[in-house]
Amino acid sequence: MEQGPGGAAAGPGGAGLLLPLSDAEQQRYSELFSLCCSPAPEGGSAPAPAAGGSKVGDLFRASQLPADTLHQITELCGAKRVGYFGPAQFYVALKLIAAAQSGLPIRIESIKSELPLPRFMALKNDNEMRYGNAAEIHGVKFQIPHATLEKNSFKRADEGDKKQETKSPPVSPMCSPPASPSNYQRILLNYGYGKSRSGLEQQHGVPYEARHSTNLQDGPATGNYGSKSALVHSSLSRSLSVEREPQDSSNYPDDPWRITEEQREYYINQFKSLQPDLNSFISGSVAKNFFTKSKLPIPELSHIWELSDVDCDGALTLPEFCAAFHLIVARKNGYPLPDTLPETLLPDYLQPASLKPKRDCALLDSYSESLPVSQQTRDFNRTEVRKLPEDYSYIKEFTLVDHLAIHTYLWNFLVGYLFLSLPFVHLTVSLIVQESNTLKARPRSRSYSSTSIEDAMKKGEEPPTPPPRPQKAHSRASSLDLNKIFQQNTQAVKSGWLPPPPALPPRPFVSQTEQVSEIELQPQMNRAPSQTEGSSPTRKEILLTQPPSKPIRRKFRSENQMLENQELTPTSSMTSSLPAVKPHLPAQKQSSKQKRAIQTAIRKNKEANAVLARLNSELQQQLKEVHKERIALETQLEQLRPVTVL
Amino acid sequence: MAVCIAVIAKENYPLYIQSITTENELKFHYTVHTSLDVVDEKISAMGKALVDQRELYLGLLYPTEDYKVYGYVTNSKVKFVMVADSSNTALRDNEIHSMFQKLHNSYIDVMCNPFYNPGDCIHSRAFDNMVTSMMMQVC
Repeated sequence: MEQGPGGAAAGPGGAGLLLPLSDAEQQRYSELFSLCCSPAPEGGSAPAPAAGGSKVGDLFRASQLPADTLHQITELCGAKRVGYFGPAQFYVALKLIAAAQSGLPIRIESIKSELPLPRFMALKNDNEMRYGNAAEIHGVKFQIPHATLEKNSFKRADEGDKKQETKSPPVSPMCSPPASPSNYQRILLNYGYGKSRSGLEQQHGVPYEARHSTNLQDGPATGNYGSKSALVHSSLSRSLSVEREPQDSSNYPDDPWRITEEQREYYINQFKSLQPDLNSFISGSVAKNFFTKSKLPIPELSHIWELSDVDCDGALTLPEFCAAFHLIVARKNGYPLPDTLPETLLPDYLQPASLKPKRDCALLDSYSESLPVSQQTRDFNRTEVRKLPEDYSYIKEFTLVDHLAIHTYLWNFLVGYLFLSLPFVHLTVSLIVQESNTLKARPRSRSYSSTSIEDAMKKGEEPPTPPPRPQKAHSRASSLDLNKIFQQNTQAVKSGWLPPPPALPPRPFVSQTEQVSEIELQPQMNRAPSQTEGSSPTRKEILLTQPPSKPIRRKFRSENQMLENQELTPTSSMTSSLPAVKPHLPAQKQSSKQKRAIQTAIRKNKEANAVLARLNSELQQQLKEVHKERIALETQLEQLRPVTVL
Repeated sequence: MAVCIAVIAKENYPLYIQSITTENELKFHYTVHTSLDVVDEKISAMGKALVDQRELYLGLLYPTEDYKVYGYVTNSKVKFVMVADSSNTALRDNEIHSMFQKLHNSYIDVMCNPFYNPGDCIHSRAFDNMVTSMMMQVC
């Protein structure tokens, strides 16, 4: 009878268990066990380290196995025999659950081998325990992923949103063992699935639900999520971040090869940029140039092409293009390329779905059709830049042109940023460079995470910019600090382009309100218009005529400094001078102190000026380089053109 | 049974060569190399005017005691050489012919990949799979 060996295995306790447990399994089982244990175990006469029977029962039910299987497992693991779920019994039971879910018979022998972790389809254990019924409901809802598309699209929204929200460094460890992405997905999905969903609900309840009108589950799901949201946050970020990667595009567990709605929209837009007719195809050379910008190695790109060009005609139709793009995105995220095209990426699979976003993009279509192609794509970039992912193929041209145009905006941003991070000037410089490169990319990053990957991918003509996703390689300045800073700024920018500059100034402004409120206001407000020349002469006059009273002196000083700022640099000096001003406020205003303050302000202004000048020269350099590259590529193309025709 | 399949470029360097067993790989490489002479001989024998009419399938290039070597040339002077085991007498000519057709089709698919530059070694997994299946299937 199996209970004998089961008992023998379970008897000595966890340490002496005969069944081998991998590290992941150990961790998972101990987590589950502690979860089952900690909330007031109802073991009754059982010793302390035992899982509560009811909680264990809930957990087992959440594994979605039939009841008699669970009975079998309970018997086998020895719990019935000993009367409680000790750690050994619990672990054996978990392993048996995993075996059962893998389709193996419930035998002790079957758990000796390597098994995937047991899947508990409900929310993570806290929720399972406390909302046993609700958890099961959810488990039912989401365990049948292949049955309802609505759920999937909703999950898609979730995952897509999650990806945007939390792109944290833990992703990179995820990339290292890509050999078992499915395993990870399973683990992380189950671990943080509900949490991420509910957390996501809180963050993006309305916009994404509105976006995915096909989701019938939104209503009830929302209600359920809301109830769980409070429980979720404890490990939300961790599970979210780790979960994010495997769910790159997956709605279902274990499926990174499913394209989400947002991704599909993005791919279609990119397709349009290359080939306005959605029913036609992209030629091989055009696609090659486009995908080469992704900076993936050529053999991999070649393989991706092989996979995605199903009809082997040397051209990509829209579904083929989406599949190829998706594979590139997945590869960029560290997934190993499959040997055959996953079913969800087949053109047949994608074809009917690819027509759907046309409805969503109706605005775009009408817009695009009304314009000639070239202008269309340009305008498309500019006007739609806030809403849609950018057309990366045009980035080369646009950023060159727009560099100057956005420099003025950059000043504001840079000024505020410089103030914050004067010690980190070097970071700022590179950040600003990236900012300039990714100004258009920001709305993308807001809406969709993998677009930020495309950022780095497609800006092949100029230094790639760091996408909000931290795991992306940042060619220009790859540092996590930069990412965090960038993310901070993207958060600020998400609401719009303008907020960052006004957002930063209030800080010193606020800090000084205690001392002088209105006078400080003036310098702050003056900062914005400080760049205008007109105000400076008038202020100068005011400076000269002002009597040196305390508040006015401050104004004098700050205005003086502001003037200097205007002459030297934009408003950064204002805020930098104000803190310098502050320490002097309590003391008696003496001209020497004023002078010192002015001098420090001058120094800081000069520093800022130098930084900005350096930045400017760097950007100019970039511009030149990109020009040169472009010319070189064009000449190359000309040279190669006759050769390629075999 | 095909024990070795090779794709030779126009300039007579191998784009792809794969043997079913690894111990005699070098021998097969040598065999393929020497067979190129025969291929060139057959091509030139056709004459310049007959390029259009030239059969792509060259047939048996030469037999040895252990195996037979078959050749096939594409219009772009890319040669396919197949070394087949002599013990498999059931292998008829038209079967070899069809195998070459499959090879040619796969080669065309490789060429359609814009990331493949003509003249590079062939690293396509699809091509590998096809060749492996051919080597397995025929035996």
